[in-house]
Amino acid sequence: MSAPRPESWIRTTPAGLYVEPGGFHIDPMRMVDRAIITHGHGDHARPGNDKVLATAETLAIMRARLGERAGKSLQALRYGETVRIGEVDVRLVPAGHILGSAQVVLDWRGSRVVVSGDYKRRADPTCPPFEPVPCDVFITEATFGLPVFRHPPDHHEIDKLLQSRALFPERVHLVGVYSLGKCQRVLALLRQQGYQEPIYLHGAQLAMTELYQSFGLEFGDIRPALGVPRQDLAGQILLAPPGVAADAKLPDPVIAMASGWMRVKQRAKQARVELPLVISDHADWDELCRTMLEVEAPEIWVTHGNEEALIRQASLYGLKARALSLVGFEGDET
Amino acid sequence: MIRFAELLDTLLFTPGRNGKLRLMVEYFRTTPDPERGWALAALTGGLVFGQAKPAQIRALVLERIDAELFGWSYDFVGDLAETVALIWPERPGANRMPELTEIVEALQLTSRAGAGRLLEAWLDALDATGRWALLKLVTGGLRIGVSARLAKTAIAEFGQVDVGEIEELWHGLSPPYQPLFAWLDGQGARPSTEDKPVFLPLMLANPLDEADLAALDPADYQAEWKWDGIRVQLSARGGEKRLYSRSGDDVSGTFPEIVAELPDGIVLDGELLVGSFEAVAPFNDLQQRLNRKKPTPKLLQDHPGFVRLYDALWLDGEDLRALPLSARRQHLETWYCAAPRPRLDLSPILPFTAWDELAALREGARDRGIEGLMLKRAASPYLAGRPKGPWFKWKRGALTLDCVLMYAQRGHGKRSSLYSDYTFGAWRGIELVPVGKAYSGFTDEELLRLDRWVKEHTVKRFGPVREVEPGLVLEIAFDSVHRSTRHKSGLAMRFPRVHRIRWDKPPGEADRVESLEGLMAE
Repeated sequence: MSAPRPESWIRTTPAGLYVEPGGFHIDPMRMVDRAIITHGHGDHARPGNDKVLATAETLAIMRARLGERAGKSLQALRYGETVRIGEVDVRLVPAGHILGSAQVVLDWRGSRVVVSGDYKRRADPTCPPFEPVPCDVFITEATFGLPVFRHPPDHHEIDKLLQSRALFPERVHLVGVYSLGKCQRVLALLRQQGYQEPIYLHGAQLAMTELYQSFGLEFGDIRPALGVPRQDLAGQILLAPPGVAADAKLPDPVIAMASGWMRVKQRAKQARVELPLVISDHADWDELCRTMLEVEAPEIWVTHGNEEALIRQASLYGLKARALSLVGFEGDET
Repeated sequence: MIRFAELLDTLLFTPGRNGKLRLMVEYFRTTPDPERGWALAALTGGLVFGQAKPAQIRALVLERIDAELFGWSYDFVGDLAETVALIWPERPGANRMPELTEIVEALQLTSRAGAGRLLEAWLDALDATGRWALLKLVTGGLRIGVSARLAKTAIAEFGQVDVGEIEELWHGLSPPYQPLFAWLDGQGARPSTEDKPVFLPLMLANPLDEADLAALDPADYQAEWKWDGIRVQLSARGGEKRLYSRSGDDVSGTFPEIVAELPDGIVLDGELLVGSFEAVAPFNDLQQRLNRKKPTPKLLQDHPGFVRLYDALWLDGEDLRALPLSARRQHLETWYCAAPRPRLDLSPILPFTAWDELAALREGARDRGIEGLMLKRAASPYLAGRPKGPWFKWKRGALTLDCVLMYAQRGHGKRSSLYSDYTFGAWRGIELVPVGKAYSGFTDEELLRLDRWVKEHTVKRFGPVREVEPGLVLEIAFDSVHRSTRHKSGLAMRFPRVHRIRWDKPPGEADRVESLEGLMAE
């Protein structure tokens, strides 16, 4: 007997991607009975579901951000372990996006679908690397699904920050970073590159970084920026959420921003960023393309982002590909 | 090339002037010759390549990239050079990264057809920022927010000399400027400008505060008319001739009839005007010439240019700048009278013994082509820049007219939510006809009140423009009035601004178009 066609058991509903024989949604947009959450970012981990399955790290992040509303019953699953939900075998595999991020591997009656969640392929000191899993359908994100997006090596971007600091030693370097994931990655990259000065954090960043520390990650001397006299920040690096970074009331800061969008100069210019750092937690074009080939899936479903170009590329590879329209994902990082 | 590309990239994102200067100085300090010289040429707009056209670059990229993928990408990015720079498939280790010098030298030697293959090889060898800089360079127009003047200021700061010195040398130098860098590095002599038609930085005047007149002795000063043209410098040495604008741009091509008249061995300061010695044409006519890089025969015939000279910086192989003005004037007159030229005349010196006499002269000055008076200390040497004291400009008093507000438009920047641009009119019979537009002359509080008035008295809307009922009188100050097709009245004011808001005055008592015509310069 041949395996069932994937669209016969996985479909989109108003609440999001639904796995029918398992009776659960993945990263639902609305409150559901049973949810599997790929990672802790707000557009994937929403509040109010009944039963929630995710990695222990993701559950911790959800508890920290959502409190009671993280879910009524939370079940942790280790990377690589399999659990059966309804008729479906579910396994979580590292996605390399942020701490706790996972791809969801779904097996039902000989058919395998992998939901990538958000992912990247380059090394990240704060989470285990993405593992390609061969499958029948690979559901991929496409945030940077255009061939203009090629993220340079991280050390190159961190060098840019350190060089700017050397050139402007009297100015505070205010780096806009998303509080969860990007912040801790930039901290870790700075330390990897031998930067040993204290690094100052905005309140929102600090809480999340402490959570990372509770999972054994180390970031050296980090300090709250709140209450530090302005003159003491001269020449220092301060990480803050992007919105805060733009209108900070600091004297003559160098406004930096760590994001994949910084690759396009006009975008960076419009955001009034003085020092764009192309550091992203999403796969760039080359990583997306390489991954489509490595998972050996004959069929690719493309979600949030620039779907058209990636679908075109898949067809150039001779793969079947279509857009999976899921509303609700922001499809970007800031 | 990579260092140059990184410089352009950081300059693009660095907002402040000082930050940009620092980046350029650092680059010049740490980059060897001739690389930094070519970079300086690029930053001052001195590198122009005609070989690479956008269509050719697009064709190159479509040999490598699927047209549909390129299309999606170009839609997203919106700039051809940047899209190609980002999308170009990397070939790590394909080629050695070229230096800027190699690129410039190769392009100078190649045809358009050859340029394509060269570009392709360089695009393969460079990284994304390098490709972006290369494509900006070859397609012309870096657009990174650095003017030629700012780049020269950086060079001056790098060599710790005055920017005037750089300006003075500039037109005698050519890329990659090795003698200039050698001098600034302390490794060589100051480049000689002896036999070159260089631009010598101008001496500028300060506005006169009339209260200060009492402290000045009329006997120390020379008075001239302030002509309503543009300041130029005539430079002819070593067999080459140039006409420079006040910022040192070479505008020789725009006024060939003047350049043709220049004898060798001079650097002269004067006012560029159009018309004849006896009848100077209004500034609008000069503007038509300035708008054209090369004049048509008709334009040359209708609006011939000439220069009214007022100072001599260099005559007969001698630098006169250290001499007092009175002596320079003597030299100028002797030189001019020996051989008058059809396109050159002398700005007359106005005799006076007391300030009152001059004040009366200034009040009466409504002639076409005159903006007011210049007062120059007779003992003053010719000093570059705007030294405080020796030279004053004393503009004539503004004209005023009571006009009626007709239309208002939203402003830009911090005024973007307020109606701050006003079109006003004067009466012709029972009809109100537009005569001008003003954006300034009121306080922030007045602006808020004007904005409110506009919103409460709107009768029609055309996009960002509101037509208001004829109910508010604005007293408009302006320097002069000329014929123009821009407004329905057939008249245009020069430098109009709101002088006073006449909340009290009934609009029926505002001025008539005929009054404005009466103020027109004859």
